[in-house]
Amino acid sequence: MAKVSMTVNGRAVSGDVEDRTLLVHFLREQLGLTGTHVGCDTSQCGACVVHVDGKAAKSCTILAAQAAGSTVVTIEGLANGAELHPVQAAFKEHHGLQCGFCTPGMIMASVDLINRVGPGKLDEKAVREGLDGNICRCTGYHNIVQAVLSASNAMAKGGKGKAKAKAA
Amino acid sequence: MLETTYARAGSVAEAVKLNKAGKGEGKYLAGGHTLIPAMKQRLASPSVLVDVARIGELKGVKVTGRKVTIGAATTHAEVAADEKLRAVCPALCHLAGHIGDQHVRHRGTIGGSIANNDPAADYPAALLALDATIVTDKREIAADKFFKGLFETSLKDGELIKAVTFTAPAKAGYAKFPNPASRYAMAGVFVAGQKDGPRVAVTGAGDDGVFRSKELEAALGKGLDASKIDGVKVPPKGLMSDIHATAEYRAALVKAMAKRAAAATAS
Ligand SMILES: Cc1cc2nc3c(=O)[nH]c(=O)nc-3n(C[C@H](O)[C@H](O)[C@H](O)COP(=O)(O)OP(=O)(O)OC[C@H]3O[C@@H](n4cnc5c(N)ncnc54)[C@H](O)[C@@H]3O)c2cc1C
Ligand code: FES
Ligand code: FES
Repeated sequence: MAKVSMTVNGRAVSGDVEDRTLLVHFLREQLGLTGTHVGCDTSQCGACVVHVDGKAAKSCTILAAQAAGSTVVTIEGLANGAELHPVQAAFKEHHGLQCGFCTPGMIMASVDLINRVGPGKLDEKAVREGLDGNICRCTGYHNIVQAVLSASNAMAKGGKGKAKAKAA
Repeated sequence: MLETTYARAGSVAEAVKLNKAGKGEGKYLAGGHTLIPAMKQRLASPSVLVDVARIGELKGVKVTGRKVTIGAATTHAEVAADEKLRAVCPALCHLAGHIGDQHVRHRGTIGGSIANNDPAADYPAALLALDATIVTDKREIAADKFFKGLFETSLKDGELIKAVTFTAPAKAGYAKFPNPASRYAMAGVFVAGQKDGPRVAVTGAGDDGVFRSKELEAALGKGLDASKIDGVKVPPKGLMSDIHATAEYRAALVKAMAKRAAAATAS
């Protein structure tokens, strides 16, 4: 057993975990943050993507113990109260989801992509390439790509929630 | 995943010592993007996991003149984005930027990739063509001697890779045909124009892991010109046949990727 402490969505948390416990299980089962999903056991689907120290990462392929001392942001940490993050708002607006299973990972990956490349600097090809670690069984991706482009442009215009998005 | 004990090392010396305590059953953990999936499938069950990802002396890219040193725990994303490296060897930045997906690149490391020596991994082809040296806690190993068949290297039990070094050649290029699902190479070719002639290394295709292609090196002997490859016959003998592709198909892919890699050396 190991005692792990980290910052999750701005809050200092700690817990006792087995050394083999995956970060995703720590988030879901001990912290009750069930927005982060598990869609595969081969590290390929991206449903579990969160930000670890500001970088998108698959929480199913990181031990909780490895993340000790890190700053983690999950899908629950994006919205500012009732106000959705611009990427969340764009997924809603553009119907970027159907069943919603891939959506938390897809949105965390998209926020990382926009922050990394810079708001407003994405085109369709860059979005498709940037999201190739996230699999969606429902949408056919078209509306996801539209949502990310729209959010990227909104954030470039200083759209709402920009400060929060930077912190994520 | 079977039970294990996690230990985080703060230095190379501490990592080696912690691994010794595992009595031959310990393993280093860097990005974990090969080892953790293997542990989930119970293909690996180390007694001790020694986390080396945060050891400062294993991190970062150094470029002095054309001499490049990349710390073992440097992530694929860091290699892909390193501007000093791009200035002397853009082909390696390109290669690192096309490993898996962005999330994999944020965690996976060059040391973990070469220690694992997956026959479809990208870095082994680069290090072989770049005539690189692998620096461990004990010795320096030439890439020619380091990679040994499928998932095999000349590393001894408990030996820790500290860094990879090479002299950037005047010209280099890499092209891979990724498996559409996993993005590992179905065939990847790295071409490096060395002083004493080209070195051409192939990954993803060999039955026994990464290898240098005599045929392609001979064809490019008088200059790294893609059209010189037109007449080359890449023999299917010794290439891999699996559910993804036959040896004949891989031979055709190797030739096509070699042409792209040779063309990329011009940019
Ligand atoms: C979805 C997915 C797609 C991928 N696609 C590709 C791809 O297209 N191309 C590609 O090349 N790779 C690909 N990979 C593999 C990825 O690059 C891995 O990160 C890499 O192979 C291993 O690096 P790591 O740091 O994660 O190593 P780990 O998983 O931590 O370790 C791997 C092995 O290396 C050993 N090790 C680690 N560091 C050292 C060290 N410093 N000294 C000695 N031994 C050490 C470990 O003990 C272990 O045996 C993919 C992985 C995933 C999950
Ligand atoms: S659950 Fe599929 S990549 Fe993590
Ligand atoms: S919306 Fe169902 S998997 Fe993407």
